[in-house]
Amino acid sequence: MFQIIVCIKAVPDPQKACKIKIDPITKTLLRCEVPLVMNPLDRNALEAALNIKEEIGAHVTIISMGPIEAVKIVKEGIAIGADHGVLLTDPAFAGADVYSTAFTLSKGIEKINDFDLVICGMASSDAATEWVGPEIATFLSVPVVTKVKEIVHIKDKFLELKTCIMNGYRRVRVMLPALITVTRELNKPRALSFSGIIKSRKKKIMLWGCNDINVSEKLVGLNGSPSIVTTLEPVVNKRNCEFITGCREEKADKLIDKLVEHGFL
Amino acid sequence: MKNSTGPVWVIVDQEDCQILPVSLQLIGHARKMANKLDVDVEAVLLGNNIKNNCNCLFEAGSDRIYIGESHELNLYQPDLYTDIIVNLSKEKCPQIMLFGSTIVGRELAPLIAAILQTGLTAHCIDLVINDKGIMEQKIPAYGGLMTIVCPEKRPQMATVAQGVFSIPDISHKQKGEIVRLKIPILNTRRVEILQIVRDQSNDLQLETAAAVVAGGAGAGDIDGWNQIVDLSKVLGAALGCTRPAADEGWTDLETMIGQSGKMISPEVYIGIGLSGELQHMVGISEAQLMIAINNDPKAPIFHQVDYGIIDDCKEFVPVLIERIKSFRKHSSILDCRKCSS
Repeated sequence: MFQIIVCIKAVPDPQKACKIKIDPITKTLLRCEVPLVMNPLDRNALEAALNIKEEIGAHVTIISMGPIEAVKIVKEGIAIGADHGVLLTDPAFAGADVYSTAFTLSKGIEKINDFDLVICGMASSDAATEWVGPEIATFLSVPVVTKVKEIVHIKDKFLELKTCIMNGYRRVRVMLPALITVTRELNKPRALSFSGIIKSRKKKIMLWGCNDINVSEKLVGLNGSPSIVTTLEPVVNKRNCEFITGCREEKADKLIDKLVEHGFL
Repeated sequence: MKNSTGPVWVIVDQEDCQILPVSLQLIGHARKMANKLDVDVEAVLLGNNIKNNCNCLFEAGSDRIYIGESHELNLYQPDLYTDIIVNLSKEKCPQIMLFGSTIVGRELAPLIAAILQTGLTAHCIDLVINDKGIMEQKIPAYGGLMTIVCPEKRPQMATVAQGVFSIPDISHKQKGEIVRLKIPILNTRRVEILQIVRDQSNDLQLETAAAVVAGGAGAGDIDGWNQIVDLSKVLGAALGCTRPAADEGWTDLETMIGQSGKMISPEVYIGIGLSGELQHMVGISEAQLMIAINNDPKAPIFHQVDYGIIDDCKEFVPVLIERIKSFRKHSSILDCRKCSS
């Protein structure tokens, strides 16, 4: 059967993530209670996998790397429709940069089984690098296509795709097995169903650490990261804001005056 | 001998044989870093029929250009590009390798970084050589500026968006060394770009617009967003967005302003229903007039603008549109009177 692996990430809820700030004095992160949710674009990745499953039949496995709390995100993926879930979780994985994250995920994927297609969201809402997909593909020695906005067809071990570029698209053909990263335009992710939630309760999520995926602690997490954060500095504000007050019409008129003063209206 | 610790590389990006401005901006900045390190700047240019366009790479500050020309390279081909750059990098050992945050750069940079087993920092807003000769890579994070370094692995790799650095105004030299690369033959082509299709869009270009209206998650829903769209039209301003607004699906990701999107320098900027996260704000360089509309008086945006209006944008924007329309009508009547008198 066609084997699909979907990589998902638990991220701080993007609606509330702006609450995470640096303390200007201690220069450490002030993490308010921001709940973890599934990275929005990873929902599109999962939806793409489920669409392929419905069309040609496939087995869909979700894999994630993160703290043990991320298990609820993997469960959610199963409730949405994935068949199987794996969470790579180990204190040694903490502090990973892109390189070490992609390396660890690729080791997890190698352990799962042979695959035809790996699907990732184009980027995560918290780090937004877009690198993890392509780097996983490199570690797995498979080709990658990024920013997929349409899956045209799967035929004879080839996938034909449309990908986003500035003011247009590219038509791309890729040989399977491959890894693709997807954009929001690709599909509209389905909602959770009640029966899905019931089904997911019976599923056991595999929890794998360093020993399970056969990697040394030296190669993962902060130890395995080529790049490191050295400082985090608060930014000095450059402008003084004058508040425009009054009722709505007054505020609108005063704003128009400012635009006129600056020669813009 | 100069190159004791390796040159600074810029991987040049071209579209339809035209070199993109971001590549010249990067070479200009690479020149400054290379002077501090006392090494060469080298550009790598891949494509077809591109040799005639490479003088600008010398003028921007390159000492040497590696050119790979072949009809095989007419369109970006990931396997071939990766193969060429990785092999050349293993031979020449650059200490720094820079890419534009372009469609190609964003895909190619991580492919190369993973093979070379080195770090790669996304969408930097500054690159500085420190006293130890290491490149400090600055990115906005959590309302502050984060410094990332890659202390041991080489090359140190980063991508930078167009507009972060300016095109150098002094032309350094007219000529330098051109090195032609042998193009390998790959037996299997795993990925093939078959065709590039471009839409003809009539939208105002964000990068060149005098006025920009940007909307964020505070628009609330698609109706709220459409009001912001209407306001931009009434003002004749280009429309931009923050990442949350693009994630909501209200508008195209291509109109995103900021670190991983567009860098703009309008005369007037109006930010509506957006909190003023640094990732967005770094995309707006020195506008003459900055205005924010937000219902949260504590939103960081109010520290970064000249005028602020505390209001629910869904309520306020329609009123503003009506007042602008009536102002226009009024002033055009005045103008007519002036003409007839």
